[in-house]
This record gives sequence, structure tokens and C-alpha cells, in this order.
Amino acid sequence: MTAVREAVVRAARGVRWYLREFSGEARWDEHLRECAAHGHEPLSRREFERRRSDALERTPVSRCC
Amino acid sequence: MSTTVTRDDTGGGGGHRGPDTGRRSVRSVLVWVAVAAVGAVAWTVLALARGEAVSALWILFAALCSYAIAYRFYARFITYKVLRTDDRRATPAERLQNGVDYDVTDRRVLFGHHFAAIAGAGPLVGPVLAAQMGYLPGTIWIVVGVVFAGAVQDLTVMFFSMRRNGKSLGQMVREEIGIVGGVAALIAVFAIMIIILAVLALIVVNALAESPWGVFSIALTVPIALFMGVYLRTLRPGRVLEATGIGVVLLLLAIIGGGWVQDSGLADALTLSKEWLVLALVVYGFVASVLPVWLLLTPRDYLSTFMKIGVIALLAVSLLIARPVLQADAVTDFAREGTGPVFAGSLFPFVFITIACGALSGFHALISSGTTPKMVAKESQIRLIGYGGMLMESFVAISALIAACVIDQGLYFAMNSPAGATGGTVESAAAFVNGFGFDTTAQDLAAASAAVQEPTLVSRTGGAPTLAVGISQIFSDAFGGGLQAFWYHFAIMFEALFILTAVDAGTRVGRFMLQDTVGNVWKKFGDLSWRPGNVIASAVVVALWGSVLYIGVTDPLGGVNQLFPLFGIANQLLAAIALTLCTVLLIKHGKLRYAWVTGVPLVWDLVVTMTASWQKVFSDVPAIGYFAQAERYRDARDAGELLAPAQDRGQMDQVVFNSTLNGVLQSFFAVLVLVVAANAVVVIVRALRAGGLPTTEEPATPSQLVEPADLFATAAEKRAIAEHRALAGAGEGSRR
Repeated sequence: MTAVREAVVRAARGVRWYLREFSGEARWDEHLRECAAHGHEPLSRREFERRRSDALERTPVSRCC
Repeated sequence: MSTTVTRDDTGGGGGHRGPDTGRRSVRSVLVWVAVAAVGAVAWTVLALARGEAVSALWILFAALCSYAIAYRFYARFITYKVLRTDDRRATPAERLQNGVDYDVTDRRVLFGHHFAAIAGAGPLVGPVLAAQMGYLPGTIWIVVGVVFAGAVQDLTVMFFSMRRNGKSLGQMVREEIGIVGGVAALIAVFAIMIIILAVLALIVVNALAESPWGVFSIALTVPIALFMGVYLRTLRPGRVLEATGIGVVLLLLAIIGGGWVQDSGLADALTLSKEWLVLALVVYGFVASVLPVWLLLTPRDYLSTFMKIGVIALLAVSLLIARPVLQADAVTDFAREGTGPVFAGSLFPFVFITIACGALSGFHALISSGTTPKMVAKESQIRLIGYGGMLMESFVAISALIAACVIDQGLYFAMNSPAGATGGTVESAAAFVNGFGFDTTAQDLAAASAAVQEPTLVSRTGGAPTLAVGISQIFSDAFGGGLQAFWYHFAIMFEALFILTAVDAGTRVGRFMLQDTVGNVWKKFGDLSWRPGNVIASAVVVALWGSVLYIGVTDPLGGVNQLFPLFGIANQLLAAIALTLCTVLLIKHGKLRYAWVTGVPLVWDLVVTMTASWQKVFSDVPAIGYFAQAERYRDARDAGELLAPAQDRGQMDQVVFNSTLNGVLQSFFAVLVLVVAANAVVVIVRALRAGGLPTTEEPATPSQLVEPADLFATAAEKRAIAEHRALAGAGEGSRR
């Protein structure tokens, strides 16, 4: 039973990881990690997300037919 | 999947020298023999079955086995032998990483992004229309086309763009073929985009016209997206999954609410004519292009992406549960005679033009160059992302084809023939399809529309309503509960949602292109942050596609019937430009002996598109040739006669004008592609004389990343990643 539970937990973690990466939410974790590694003060979440969405403003997102 | 290959794991990680195909395990040989056998049986059943009930699952299995073999063998051959990807070489994402457009991205995540970007309404609608010819021509072209043309184009364009820091298709044509070809390609891309936006919008208009339920739920997507935008900007910044979850729940409520609204006093107010819907879409497109992206575009994109992937997965699962039986013939008489009411013309070339996106889509070249190559972590991963992503798209097309072929075929033709042919009522439509030998009655047609709670299903052209009927039938068979009306509107909402996302994103891309181009002459206009520039460019783009859209919805002959061929040919012509570029580059790189890989699909595509263009321009059959059609109506008008379906002199004038315009556009696109091809021939001859020519490929820089090449990491790759982590410290190089 524990093997099954472990597999389920691992799959759930995988899905969560994928969704966070796919939606871009994981960028924030990365920012925190990088700041910690280099000893910088991290931005506030609000400021960080604002910069990310403002950068999107200048890059066109293509959606195909 | 890659158990057959042992990879050299010294140095830079997985597969950097290409596959070392020395050892093949017995198990792997057996697996691939089994896949080939299942595929062969499925194809045989499809090809030989006549007159008896054929399960739709044969199509599914034929396609899936073919994809697996193509991915395992052909895609591998192209990646390692033809293109020679080199994983010791740093990709632009690694070299130029800036966290914005250049960004090393996990291959599985990038696969999802790339797929979400290339998949839209095209692969859903084209196969539905092509079902007029029967299920077999569509199935064959969707599978053969993707394996040998569509996925090859996406993969090869992605490779060449990746080797050039993610340059766009237009830039590459200009630099590698020449300025003449480059300018022609730029104009072609812009013009083709306008047509595509107009036709996509036309599909939405046809799906929503006279449908208060549809209008209500689609209209609510705008406030839902605005709410999500504000939520992500101010309330809970960055919580995308949370916001999307709320959005999806609200969407479902909007669909359920539509059912109530339809029976309430609001129904009349929400029953909009096509002309009003055009106006609404044009205003929407303009506003979406001018507003900041965080407010409307980005949240809508989250919604439509998650809905898209969710519905496609749900459709695949429910096909397996419902196991529907094909109602369509393998090959209909329309395929042979070219007299079908859905679109005119015989199987060759028009089935290839109509299916377009699911088999070969020129538009993908715009995403495979530019956006995606800037995010690839390892060169070999483009096999998964470029080739694999396109296989997924083809699978969507196959599902759509199945959905169209499992509904009653009398209903299919009653829905997809223009109002001028069906007469618009259930009685006249039943009489019309009885003429083709279907025994569908007026009661059947009325019952079908009652089941999905739409006022009528007669002449609901454009493919989206048909697909929605097919999907609702499959879903309610699979899950029960008598929810067909809900599923129908769910499917309409899902199609409309991502068509609108394509329309607003496309308007914005068009705006950027226009600002960029005009910016060469008038510097200020090219400044993307200059407000008046944004407004003017957005207005121009919206006005262009809006007027084509208006022409389409008011066309007495039926807009889809008239414009869809133009859309299909335009898309395939863009593919011709992309394949031309790839062939030229293979030859310039001295790989003449592999030039057939893109050369053969290019020649095929040129033959198809030029034949189709020729027929649309020069055919003297009025149903096919635009100018012949214009002439027929002009002569009749001048003689003071009225020709059906035109009902007055104004409509006669309209047909003459529209047909002439379509003919001119058609010729114009074909000429642009011929200009690019002619310029390419000059370059090819020069390259052949010189035995290769210098290109703008970036020089190789050693890579510091260790990443698996394919979807699943091999044991050797896992070891290499672990070693690399131990050496470099966690967090560096490999993301997981």
C-alpha cells in the first residue's frame, strides 16, 4: 500500500510542478532562490509580477489558428 | 520509448552526438513490431470497410500508431541525420538568457507552451468541413500530411531559427534568400494573417448568430477575464492557478446560466444578428489590442489554454468510452465529382486546402521561428517540441474529424450547406439532403436542434456548430446524464474562447508588425509605447479583418463556402514559403542529399496550392472560379435577371464585388509565393554551383547545461544529470 501511496504522491507532486512551471507561477520561487543564492534583497511579489506582466506588454504572444 | 538506444554519456549530457544505434533490445523490437502491426490492421480496416458499421476507434488507432512510428524513426532521422542537432552547443536560451524572451525552459513545459500556441480552431474546423468528402481522404491526409510535411516544417523551421538566435520567418527569408523574397514574404505574412483572423472571426459569428445561450456565455468571458486580470494584478499577484481555477468555475456557471437566460425575457435582447456580432467583435478586437495585456489578453489566454488542453484530453477519453460508429461513407460522391455543398471543388486539391492546420500549417512557422526557439534548453529537444507538438495538433484534427463523421450525415449536410442551398427551414433542408440520398426528415432536424436547445441547426456553417454537435453526442454517450445541450454550449464556448484569443492576440501581432514596418519610414510610429501609434495601428488591423469579416457574413453565397478556400490556400502558401526557406538552407549548408526532406513536401504543397489557386482564379465553373462566378452574376445582372440565392439587385452586386475581390486576393497571394520561390531558385543555383554558401548561423558555443533529449530521460541521461549537479551544486544548469 505504501508503494501505491508513494506513487500517487509523486504523481500529484509532478502535476503540481508542471502546472506551476506551465503557468509561470514558479518564476517567483526561482526569483527567491536566486536572490538567496546571491544575497540580494528580493522584490515584493506585487512588484515582481508587475515587472513580468509589463515585459509581456512588449513581446507579442502569437496564437495560431 | 528510447530503450533501443544507448547514448554516449561522457561530457555534455544526453544524445549530443546523436543516437548511437548499435544495440537494439529484443523488447524494443517486439514493441515496435506490435505498434506497426496494430497500425497496419487499423489502416486496412479503414481502407477496405465498405457499407458496414466501422468503429471510429480504428481511425484513432491508425493515427496513433502512425504518429508513434513517425516520431520514433522519421523524426529521429531528421533531427540527428539531416539537421544534426548538437547538444554540446549552447542554445540561444542558454547563451542569451534574459528571463523574458530568451529563457531556458523545461522541455515538457515548453512542449505545452508550444502546443498551446500552435493549436487553435483551424485543426478543429478544417477536418469538419473536409468530412464532406468522407472520412478516409481526411484521415489519410491528416496523418500522412503531418508526418511528412507539417511536423517536418515545424521541426526544421524551429531548428534553423534556433541556430539564428530565434529569428523570425520573415527575417530569415530576407537574410537567407534575398530582399525581394523577404519583402514578398513580409507582405504575404501580413495579408494572410488578416484573412485568417477574418475567417476565424467568421466562424465565431456563425456559431453565435441567433443563439442567445451562446452569446450570453461568450459575452461573460470578457468580464470573467477582466476580473482575473484585476485579481492577478492587485488582489493576489502571480497566483495564476488560483485565478484560472476561479475563472474556469465562472465559465462553467456562465454556460449553465446561458440555459436559463435562453428561457427568460433576456433571450430576445441576446438574439443578435450576424451584423451586430461583427460590430461587437471588431470593437472587442480593437479594445483588446489597445488595453494593457494584463487586463484582458493574458488572463483570457490562461483560460483558453487550460480549457483547450482539458477539452482535448476529455475528448480523447470519451472517444475511448463511447466508441462511436462512423456514419459517414469512406469516400463520398462529392470527393469524385467536386459538387459538394459545403465547399466546391474536387478532392484534389481541395481536401488538402480545407484541412490545412491539422496536417500542414504555414502559420506554425511563425511560432516555430521567433517565440519557441528562444526557450529551447537543448538542441535535440526540438524533436519533442517541434515534431511532437505538431503530432498532437494532428491528433486534435483527427478527433475533430471523428466528431464530424459520427453524427447523422443528413444533419451534417443540413448544417454545413449555405442557407441559399438549404432554404433555411427544417422542411426545405430535409428536402435538400434527401436529394443527396439521406433519409433524414424534418422531424429529425428539429429533434437535433431541440436536443442541443438551439433555435435551429440548419445552415449553421463554419464547422464549429457541427463539431459541437459531434462533441456533445460523444460526451453524452460517454458520460450519460442527458446533458447534450450543456455539452453543446460547452463546446461552442470552448471553440469561441480560443478563436477570440487567437483574434485578439493576432490583432496585436498585426499591430506590432505594422508599427515595425511603418517604423522604418516614420520612426515615431515604430515606438511601441507611443499611444497614438498603438491606436492607429490597431484600428488599421481591425478595420482590415473587420471588413473582410463583414463581406463574409453578408455574402449571399455563404461566407464560409466562399472564404474558407481562401483561408486554406493562404495558410498553405505560407507553408510553401517556410518550406522553401528550409530547403534553401539545407542546400546552402551543403546538405543537398537531404534536401528532399523539405523539398518533397514543398513540391507537393506548391502543386496543391498552385492548382487550387489556378482553379479559384481561372476555372470557368462558377462554383469554383471566383472570376467565372463574378462574370456569371454580372451578366445576369446586366440582363436584368436575378440568380439564386441572390434575392435582389443589391445582392447581385454584392456577389460580383465579393467574388472579384476574392479572386484578386487569391492571385495576389499566389504571386507573392511565386516571387519567394523564384528568388529561392536563384539562391539554390548559386549554392549548388559553389557547393554551399555562407549562412547567418551563429557560431557554436559550448553548452554548460545537462538536460535529457527526449520526453523521458534515459538512464545514462539521469546519471549525467546527477553527476553534473554534484559538480556544479544544485540549482545550476539543470532545473529538475
